[in-house]
Amino acid sequence: MSFAPSTTSVKLVLLGEAAVGKSSLVLRFVSNDFQENKEPTIGAAFLTQKCTVGDRTIKYEIWDTAGQERFASLAPMYYRNAQAALVVYDITKPASFIKARHWVKELHEQASKDITIALVGNKYDLVADDNDSDDSLRKVSMEEGKALAEEEGLLFFETSAKSSHNVNEVFVAIGSKIPEAKPVTEELGSRPGNVGRIDLSGPALRSNLSDCAC
Amino acid sequence: MDEDFDYIVLGTGLTECVISGILSSEGKKVLHIDKQNFYGGESASLNLTQLYAKFRPTTGAPPELKGHARDYMIDLIPKFLMANGELSNILVRTDVTRYVEFKQISGSYVYRGGRISKVPANEVEALKSSLMGIFEKRRMKRFLEFVAAYDDDVASTHLGFDLDKNTMDEIYTYHGLERGTKDFIGHAMALWPNDDYLTQPARPTIDRIILYVQSVAKYGKSPYIYPMYGLGELPQGFARLSAIYGGTFMLDTPIDEFLYTDDKKFAGVITKEGKARAPVVIADPTYFPERVKSTGQKVIRALCFLDHPVPNTHDSDSLQIVIPQNQVGRKNDIYVAVLSDVHAVVPKGYYLAIISTIIETTTPHVELEPAFKLLGPRVDTLMGIAELYEPLDEGHESNIFISKSYDATSHFESATDDVKDLYFRITGKQLDLSKTGADVFGKADDE
Repeated sequence: MSFAPSTTSVKLVLLGEAAVGKSSLVLRFVSNDFQENKEPTIGAAFLTQKCTVGDRTIKYEIWDTAGQERFASLAPMYYRNAQAALVVYDITKPASFIKARHWVKELHEQASKDITIALVGNKYDLVADDNDSDDSLRKVSMEEGKALAEEEGLLFFETSAKSSHNVNEVFVAIGSKIPEAKPVTEELGSRPGNVGRIDLSGPALRSNLSDCAC
Repeated sequence: MDEDFDYIVLGTGLTECVISGILSSEGKKVLHIDKQNFYGGESASLNLTQLYAKFRPTTGAPPELKGHARDYMIDLIPKFLMANGELSNILVRTDVTRYVEFKQISGSYVYRGGRISKVPANEVEALKSSLMGIFEKRRMKRFLEFVAAYDDDVASTHLGFDLDKNTMDEIYTYHGLERGTKDFIGHAMALWPNDDYLTQPARPTIDRIILYVQSVAKYGKSPYIYPMYGLGELPQGFARLSAIYGGTFMLDTPIDEFLYTDDKKFAGVITKEGKARAPVVIADPTYFPERVKSTGQKVIRALCFLDHPVPNTHDSDSLQIVIPQNQVGRKNDIYVAVLSDVHAVVPKGYYLAIISTIIETTTPHVELEPAFKLLGPRVDTLMGIAELYEPLDEGHESNIFISKSYDATSHFESATDDVKDLYFRITGKQLDLSKTGADVFGKADDE
């Protein structure tokens, strides 16, 4: 008999100003795809993707902010039980970096204490060839990003969803910081036990749906 | 902002969020605003800091309530979901079950003759129940068999009754049931808040008993289920449904001005973020006080913190107690909802009991005394009185569609009736959840 490698389920939330490429990063990670001028995400509850880290498998449940970020109206539910967060900014847009600081602060207040946060400067492809020239599109230096990450204890990467530069690395690095799934305990900050939890969408109700034109 | 929408929704209570989620998932462009800085409106769950800021702004929470403020999630409106009820159905059809986790409520109790007992939910339990003597048990068993077997198309199951003509009292009388038995059937199973149903046609009561029995059959311990972290998760779950279909949310945004067309129809709102236009608005009663009227009923609710389980419940972690009006000389039932850390609404070691009833006298807190007696010592008690409102009109002339206040019933069936009614008033169509469900399941990504 062989044992399947242990799979840890991880809720990961995305934060960052509109149009910094949050959804594109996820699309690259989940389906190794990139779409120019992608429309804002519609209709996906969350995306899932497995990722192998060492000898175990991490299954990410990736939550997009959808229509709750534009006016900073995220529900507490969004942060609830999140074990990881990507705070994304656009390295060509200084305002998005200021916003990233705000989101990190928000996470420290709202999310569980042991959440793993990665700070991600996206759109590296726009500056990759002319990093040092004076007319570079880069407006947030790598040093600024690193400094914020060190100050707040965050992982730090510069990525490009377009070229896929560093995208997988972000998720692997987060995965290696996530502790092994412990036997179910009622610890603070961890998911409360399954005792007495019920599956509303179990067979009894699902069977009613079999005749719908999906 | 200076933007056009199909619908503007004001208030993030459960009713508004369900409507918002359904409209967005049907492809409509929705702007959803709340004047307060949290989700849920009247149906929110508050943490300890928010709760005492509302009820006792000067003193704050007492030191006996230990733990982090965030470990408390206290419902402003106490209600449970019927496991087989319409809200459960909507949750499944819209896939909001992805965001909200549920647990059972462990027990359903009824007050009789100064004591509380478990409500029997099927023929077997009826035979074991301490609520009835040996002959009454047999009569109760035959009554439940009649309810279970009743089939509109099979005349032999009707025992000569027409559920649309005969009253419930006539059916009780035929089965020879005692008054105390009628009390727990009508109030703890059919969950009627008073005795008006006795003289009405029997069908709605029979339907309610069937809903109760089927809900118990679903998960076992009681007919009720409850979301982890409090009822406030429900509006948040439907708000997320709306958001993932493109709904835009603005909290902490009071309405500075309403815009109207020349013929006095709704046209939009002005807020600190600018102008938003839409031909239709959906709102809770607090946004249009001049367009609602009082139902004449006021509800008193008492939030009680305990540091022990409720006596005589076998240390149950959660339960409902119905105190039928007859039993304590009232016109309206008293409901008690009890929760604990199992549902992540209080820290370990604490219990939350929420008592509610419709006010009948000028000293409403005294009316709650029979319930207080059942609970034993309390660490602290917060009381509030709510007036119930309903819209003055259907909304078609103004395109302003207003929901009702959450009533005194102990579950969400009337709130989901309001959702369906609102949807019909707004769109002219019956709410067809099978369609919404198909869309959601089609697009949602599940691996």
